[in-house]
Amino acid sequence: MNDKRYFGILTGAAILFVALFAGLILTLVANSAATLGSSGLGFISGLEWNPVTLKFGAWPFIMGTLLTSFIALAISLPFSLATGILLGEYVRSSFVAKTANIFINLLASIPSVVYGLWGLTAVVPLVQKIETAAGVPAYGVGILSSSLVLAIMIIPFMSSMTREVLKNVPDSLRHGALALGATRREMVLGVSLPYVKSGIAAGVLLALGRALGETMAVTMLIGNATRLPSSLFSIGNTLASVIASQFNEAESDVHRSAMMELALILLLITFVINFAGRKIIEKSSGGRNGR
Amino acid sequence: MKINRVGAAVLMALLFSAAGSLAVAQSSSITLLGSGASFPGPIYSKMFDVYAKETGVKVNYQSIGSSGGIKNIMDKVVDFGGTDSFIKDADMMKYSAPIVHIPTVIGAVVITYNLPGSPELKLTGELIADIYLGKVSKWNDQAIQSLNPSVKLPNLAIMPVYRSDGSGTTFNFTAYLSEVSADWKGKVGNANSVSWPVGQGAAQNAGVAGVVTRAPGSIGYVELAYANQNKLAVAMVRNSSGKWIDPSLSSISAAAAGSFPKDTRILLVNTSAPDGYPICAMTWLVVYKDQKYGNRSLDQAKALVDLLWWVSHDGQKYAPDLDYAALPPPAVKAVEDVVRSITYGGQPVRK
Repeated sequence: MNDKRYFGILTGAAILFVALFAGLILTLVANSAATLGSSGLGFISGLEWNPVTLKFGAWPFIMGTLLTSFIALAISLPFSLATGILLGEYVRSSFVAKTANIFINLLASIPSVVYGLWGLTAVVPLVQKIETAAGVPAYGVGILSSSLVLAIMIIPFMSSMTREVLKNVPDSLRHGALALGATRREMVLGVSLPYVKSGIAAGVLLALGRALGETMAVTMLIGNATRLPSSLFSIGNTLASVIASQFNEAESDVHRSAMMELALILLLITFVINFAGRKIIEKSSGGRNGR
Repeated sequence: MKINRVGAAVLMALLFSAAGSLAVAQSSSITLLGSGASFPGPIYSKMFDVYAKETGVKVNYQSIGSSGGIKNIMDKVVDFGGTDSFIKDADMMKYSAPIVHIPTVIGAVVITYNLPGSPELKLTGELIADIYLGKVSKWNDQAIQSLNPSVKLPNLAIMPVYRSDGSGTTFNFTAYLSEVSADWKGKVGNANSVSWPVGQGAAQNAGVAGVVTRAPGSIGYVELAYANQNKLAVAMVRNSSGKWIDPSLSSISAAAAGSFPKDTRILLVNTSAPDGYPICAMTWLVVYKDQKYGNRSLDQAKALVDLLWWVSHDGQKYAPDLDYAALPPPAVKAVEDVVRSITYGGQPVRK
């Protein structure tokens, strides 16, 4: 195979990829035509989702998606960073580290329906107790339960990323910091972490992407109600969960079209967050590739 | 090691293809394809299994949901579709040729609840609607207490649970509530998924039953078969004749024993039959009235018509074991006429 043909294959693959992606968007747009044109922006801000009267608004689901994902991220971040730092800086190849790595990788490979079941049997009763104590309706399921389980689901993404990028910090930098009299803690916080912050941010984006699109576990834990969440204990619904729940047995074309539009919105949210994330990474790394 | 694995995979592939060709060789050349409602999935797989053993005609049914079944028969990619709600007059126009409905078995939606001491409860349709509307929100509400004077009801919030997935169960439940409560009809209505004013959703029968078993004070609706198999507490419901009816196979069959329309398209909820349970639902197979379409052969049409006849006659005896109610005589009579009306190129397939 000569160079030219090799280059051709690579280009072809790349073009195919872009075409597939464009096709995906086109399919969603074409299939959501029935609601896309008629309800316009009202679809995004609408609070009602009624398959009987065919009035569809996505706002409660958009809020449900964003709330669960960002709360999950907030809960998960400290734990993920801590494990990542421990495994990337302190105990890189000890028995503890190897065992911990295996378990973190396993965490990433657990099917989400299993997380959902575990959430129902372990997290929901716990949240129910908290809710009873707080004097709110003890649904158990809801924003809090979903966020807690999502938080655990996304730990592997952030902690593995943190661990891997920390391993790439040149030892010369570490030695330099230590030689200047820094303690190990100061070395990690002042030298290693700033060096890899864009890498960690990439891990956060990956985790957020997973949380935004997670369907099964959230469907089982969020309570599936078309209501705008007003507190941590509220029940609600997410974009992905509504589509998964209702699409199969949707009776009318308008209902199906509305769900296609939900998919489009979910895609858009992921794009915006990814794009904003990349911009932040670029800015913070100041042009240097943080790997 | 690697070679072993590849060898094993090849061996497996060979075994599977051998098993496959064996199965094909055993059966006759005709295989009937169907898809649709998942509610009758278990009874269909039992019936079709027996049918294949008795006649050699293989029937392949996929439980993809009523909407999918309807779409598949419309697209003519299956021999028959399965649906939990009959095709409405307005939708009949969308088909290129007339469609006929063949009811197969009857199921019921039952009300299950979680209360301390598991008392036996009596509920009316209006009350169930008020609970799901949020108008009755405590178990010791006068409306419930007055129907159940002998039960000591707790001062506990009622937590209504509904199906989060679109389902025929929800369709029939909301159809019943729309029949008995004008308020429900106006505020919520009737569909596979509706906009619930209160309560929480859970996926499938199992999800609803799961929430109800776990959460004291909750109330939910599930298929009778599911409630029976899981020994859930089930409420008696007052029917339109004013009788308190326990959902059972006989009270469900009774619901369809009244007058039966010729085209079998009947909404069984809120039946006028005096001993009928009020929240019952039939499930149907739908086929084209004239079987000569596409490149279908007369043999294929005959096989389908024979199957439909068998399902509504010999096949009925398998229903009770799986917690479905069999068709009562007036329904079977109507089915016979419908099956006899199926033609192939204008000629009746079965006389």
